[in-house]
Amino acid sequence: MATEIELDINGKRRAIHTEPDTTLLSALRDQLDLTGTKYGCGEGQCAACTVLMDGSPRRSCLTRATTAAGKKIVTIEGVAQNGRLHPVQQAFLEEQAFQCGYCTPGMILTALALLKSNPDPSDDEIAQFMEGNICRCGTYPRIVAAIHRAARMMRSSAHES
Amino acid sequence: MSHKTENGLTIEPERYELTSLPLSHPIPLRRLGINRRQFFKRLGGGVAVFLVLRSGEAFSQQQPAQRRGAWREPLPQNLGAWLHIAESGAVTVYTGKAEMGQNIRTSLSQAVAEELHAALDSIRLVMADTELTPFDLGTFGSRTTPTMGLQLRRVASVARDMLIALAGKQWGVNPKALEAVNGEVRDPATGRIVKYGDLARGQELAKAIVEADPLTPPSQWTVAGKSVLKINGVEFVTGAHRFSPDIKRPGMLYAKLLRPPSFGAEFSFVDVRDAQAEPGVTVIAGNDFVSVAAPTEQAAMRALQKVRAQWKTTPQISSRDLFRYLKENAATESGHDASFARTLQSIQSSLDAADHRLDQTYTVAYIAHAPLETRAAVAEWENGKITVWTGTQRPFAVRDEVAQALDLPKESVRVIVPDTGGAFGGKHTGEAAVEAARLARAAGRPVKLVWTREEEFTWAYFRPAGVIEIRSGARKDGKLTAWEFHNYNSGAAGIRTPYEVSTERIEFHPCQAPLRQGSYRCLAATANHFARESNMDDLARLVGLDPLEFRRRNLENQRLLAVLEASARSFGWSDRKRSPGRGFGLACGTEKGGYVATCAEVQADRSSGAVKVVRVVTAFDCGAIVNPEGLKNQIQGATMMGLGGALFEAIEFENGRILNNRFSRYRLPRFSDMPRIEVALVDRKDQPSAGAGEAPIMCVAPAIRNAILDATGIRLFSLPMVPHGLKA
Ligand code: FES
Ligand code: FES
Repeated sequence: MATEIELDINGKRRAIHTEPDTTLLSALRDQLDLTGTKYGCGEGQCAACTVLMDGSPRRSCLTRATTAAGKKIVTIEGVAQNGRLHPVQQAFLEEQAFQCGYCTPGMILTALALLKSNPDPSDDEIAQFMEGNICRCGTYPRIVAAIHRAARMMRSSAHES
Repeated sequence: MSHKTENGLTIEPERYELTSLPLSHPIPLRRLGINRRQFFKRLGGGVAVFLVLRSGEAFSQQQPAQRRGAWREPLPQNLGAWLHIAESGAVTVYTGKAEMGQNIRTSLSQAVAEELHAALDSIRLVMADTELTPFDLGTFGSRTTPTMGLQLRRVASVARDMLIALAGKQWGVNPKALEAVNGEVRDPATGRIVKYGDLARGQELAKAIVEADPLTPPSQWTVAGKSVLKINGVEFVTGAHRFSPDIKRPGMLYAKLLRPPSFGAEFSFVDVRDAQAEPGVTVIAGNDFVSVAAPTEQAAMRALQKVRAQWKTTPQISSRDLFRYLKENAATESGHDASFARTLQSIQSSLDAADHRLDQTYTVAYIAHAPLETRAAVAEWENGKITVWTGTQRPFAVRDEVAQALDLPKESVRVIVPDTGGAFGGKHTGEAAVEAARLARAAGRPVKLVWTREEEFTWAYFRPAGVIEIRSGARKDGKLTAWEFHNYNSGAAGIRTPYEVSTERIEFHPCQAPLRQGSYRCLAATANHFARESNMDDLARLVGLDPLEFRRRNLENQRLLAVLEASARSFGWSDRKRSPGRGFGLACGTEKGGYVATCAEVQADRSSGAVKVVRVVTAFDCGAIVNPEGLKNQIQGATMMGLGGALFEAIEFENGRILNNRFSRYRLPRFSDMPRIEVALVDRKDQPSAGAGEAPIMCVAPAIRNAILDATGIRLFSLPMVPHGLKA
């Protein structure tokens, strides 16, 4: 009963085969080879599988591929533009906000969504917004620092332009 | 021919003799069994330096049958690493170590860049590939920085000297007059410059050296010792890095397993015919599993659902009986000879004579490593050879596991470890590799297996649980006089007390364990420090001394005293102000060549039971520091991880089933658990570098425990301490 649908992923139209229970996570990883989106738990508890759907963070492990149709999906592969890192990515690098890096894509996408709604979050606001994201390597303090740094970078570039 | 040394290691005499050579003396390649021609045919011309190990542990691993290695050429197994400078100027270092988030790809590159006098980005590390890299026992025990880091420095400095010598020859000048700077050799007299790559062109020059101490004293380090960004960091922030579960091969199938409903269960009946009848499905059935590979993960699930099986189970221990079970199943007491009887007697009389005495029992639960990347493997069968990509700390051991499971010679198995999504001591074994390899051979196609989180929580192994009993005594003036310490099952790491005490008895009692258990970050040092440092605080209270002062009076170890003072100073221990529910605690210890002291501040609410760790300050001395920022990162991470085991992490199990086998039931530290974490690095340029990934975890739990006691007067004796909050 596989049907073919089209998804809008990182600005491109991509065709996938879905069965009723195909998750967006497996469609991205197995069919489109977009493996930056990670599996960590499959039950919405770790946010390693986060993508942006119309700008909001979504757990792709709990999202059916069919519900993504007609929405704009951004995965970690679509965050850098024309080979230029997004300030959030740059800030994660500069603050060394990861160790093994497995949680990093989910962290960056969640942080992107946070900064869009709140360009200058406090420590508490960051912790609250990011609470669903697990980093087993325990780099939380650095992720908080990276988000502050990214916020500064984005604010100053907004002033320039 | 081989013989045993006193410490029981098997050593081949011929190679053992190498260690009697003067350390600076290069070894003829022939004697190592390296075929120079073939080596350069394989890697291309240039300059190479081999590192020959002389440590017993490396020698002990080689059996004659293994000596051929996976290389077609007979490369010997006692090589630790090698470095190759290609005709293009590219520098490649080959090491069997694996990257799992400890940042060694960066810190090892840094060490090489420093000694080679080359830019960091000109250096590439090929790591943990059983076909390309030399044999390695595994990446664990905080051994990479103290051993491999030092040795790569030496290798690189020898390579640099070879390049300088080549330039000297080319120009007809004394090499001593030349200098190597940033990937080039320069002649200060004439201003001539030649690039390393140009020097390497057309050469097939190789040298082998025995491992030794580094050449450049840490005080003169220029690249190492400074913080550098993660070398391949961009791949991680863009999602480009492929972890094992991200590997994709042409025509790849997806695997799923049917596993026992409880530990120890086996099939009484199994019928896989319907599963086998599914299109494109390969099925393998064992005594206690059925594995299938299918074109999609869903097809694999569907096939599994068609397996008909009945299980016979055997009764298993449950967590509520755990500690009693361990005590009842402990190995019998060590030696009952006359000297043992004397020790018992003197301990007893010291205890009797003490002004203050404690008799305490501590317990430590099983916990899970829970690396965010679950076990995963991609296996590919081709022409009688199997290649497996998998995240493991011991690629060569996993190669052997796969070879054994598939009944293949080791040479036919290649294990490649992509940089891995966390391990923490939990990825020493190759279960997923074996499972994927079996299916790949049967299907004749590449197979990917990614363990689910539930599988990871159930079928991996755990940090051992344990019971620790302490009897201790102190004099009125605060002098420790008696120390008796028994650890049941959790392990012997960090079991010795660093405090001065005239009478002591310290024993580890292995037990028959109800769950599969193994290595964990810093092993049992966390459990042993939790018990010891808690007991020390309680003694301090009995004696009526400040916990810091009590420790000072019983410590003579200067490095430990120094970190203790450093942490107290940056914490502001002497100015601390208690307020309702607010308390302060400290703990210290030494393990794996590192010296650690941690101070903690907690807010504990007796009525609601809530405990919040507000601030943690850790002082750490691990010798000369290679990458300060990387080190801070490790200490912060260890603090967060330590907090989980201290406060709430525990595996619950019942009759062979793990009850909390998912993140919604097994709580991990999250953003809101994060205290203010501060790090006081004690850089000892006069001391060799020790590994940093582990030791900083071990004082977190006791510092928090002592702070909770300070805040509430409640003494806690179990890890985790407050899984359901404080019970007043
Ligand atoms: S994998 Fe989706 S939340 Fe963990
Ligand atoms: S960096 Fe390893 S899980 Fe976050």
